[in-house]
Amino acid sequence: MQLRVRALETVLAEKGYIDPAAIDALIEAYETKVGPHNGARVVAKAWSDPAFKKVLLENASKAVVTLGLMNRVGDHLIAVENTTKQHNMIVCTLCSCYPWEVLGLPPVWYKSAPYRSRAVKDPRGVLADFGVALPNGTDVRVWDSTAETRFIVLPMRPAGTEGWSEEKLATLVTRDSMIGTGLPKPASEAAR
Amino acid sequence: MNGIHDMGGMDGFGKVEPEKNEPVFHAEWEGRCLALNRAMGYTGIWTIDETRAGIEELPPALYLTSSYYKKWALRLENLVVERGLADADEMKAGHALRPGKTLKRKLNAVDVANTLTRGSYGRLAQSPARFKPGDRVRTKNIHPETHTRLPRYARDHVGVIEALRGCHVYPDTVAIGHGENPQWLYTVLFEGRELWGDDTDPSLKISIEAFEPYLEPA
Repeated sequence: MQLRVRALETVLAEKGYIDPAAIDALIEAYETKVGPHNGARVVAKAWSDPAFKKVLLENASKAVVTLGLMNRVGDHLIAVENTTKQHNMIVCTLCSCYPWEVLGLPPVWYKSAPYRSRAVKDPRGVLADFGVALPNGTDVRVWDSTAETRFIVLPMRPAGTEGWSEEKLATLVTRDSMIGTGLPKPASEAAR
Repeated sequence: MNGIHDMGGMDGFGKVEPEKNEPVFHAEWEGRCLALNRAMGYTGIWTIDETRAGIEELPPALYLTSSYYKKWALRLENLVVERGLADADEMKAGHALRPGKTLKRKLNAVDVANTLTRGSYGRLAQSPARFKPGDRVRTKNIHPETHTRLPRYARDHVGVIEALRGCHVYPDTVAIGHGENPQWLYTVLFEGRELWGDDTDPSLKISIEAFEPYLEPA
């Protein structure tokens, strides 16, 4: 594929459609600027600041912009809150829609046939593949991203983190916990 | 279209296998492929829905055996040739043999930071929303041969309108060049048993994002 994509790039550049410097800049941005560290900041802020959490759950696009992580967030970002009663999981069965701005590019498994086929039918089985078992009494709610709305899960704040700074809380927030295939790390695993 | 891409509820693909410490890209060409797709999208020559349709139209066996970025590369090659932006002999040669067409705009490196934000697909409503939260709706039993965002597993089933998400570009028409045709978008919530039968976990709930033309009152 290396040669094939290089040929494609060469043709598109020689035709004047693309600028290879812009291609380099895009790759750098996706490798360094965009990623789940942005989402982790959003979650940590929501855990710490009830007013922010309220806005986040009402209009996540608006709330995320106020953090100053990025100039603008695309429209239609929706945050869904995990509780002891309901665990949320995000999937895109038709392609691989994913909230790039807050989570970066999707991992291979998110785009794979096993995840896309099973998440809507057997989400507890999928959670088991990730080593996650939910307590009895926690229902599973799956969100299939079939339009331009994008979803991020607001996981439950781990016990034993009272009084922690947002920076420290953010170290507990995993990418998978914001997709709903994982849980945040326990307080004992915080980065020092 | 009832294509291989419409995977919700299929069996037999096995376990989900997360990769530890997964890199952003697994090979250099993956990053270039992603960026080429983004840069060509920026020119305005096609819409996001047309590019999705381009992936769905790949032959099923090729779809299943190609990585995500390989599918993106094959789709881009196909679109470039279909739209007359380059010819097959140029793709084969790996060089332009004729001058390019003039496109609306071209992405420069300095503008990249501003293109990382998704576009807005919200549009002015043409008419009032037909449904409101709490309404029971049935998804239509439709099988268009062209692009649609109503997955097969959620067709001809009864659910409840959970939220109104605004009026959005309608993928089913924009993907075939019939215009944005804005439609109201709803989150529609289904009981797992409604979709998968009585053997299913009774507490399971699944929602889709459904455009108004997919729905009728139940």
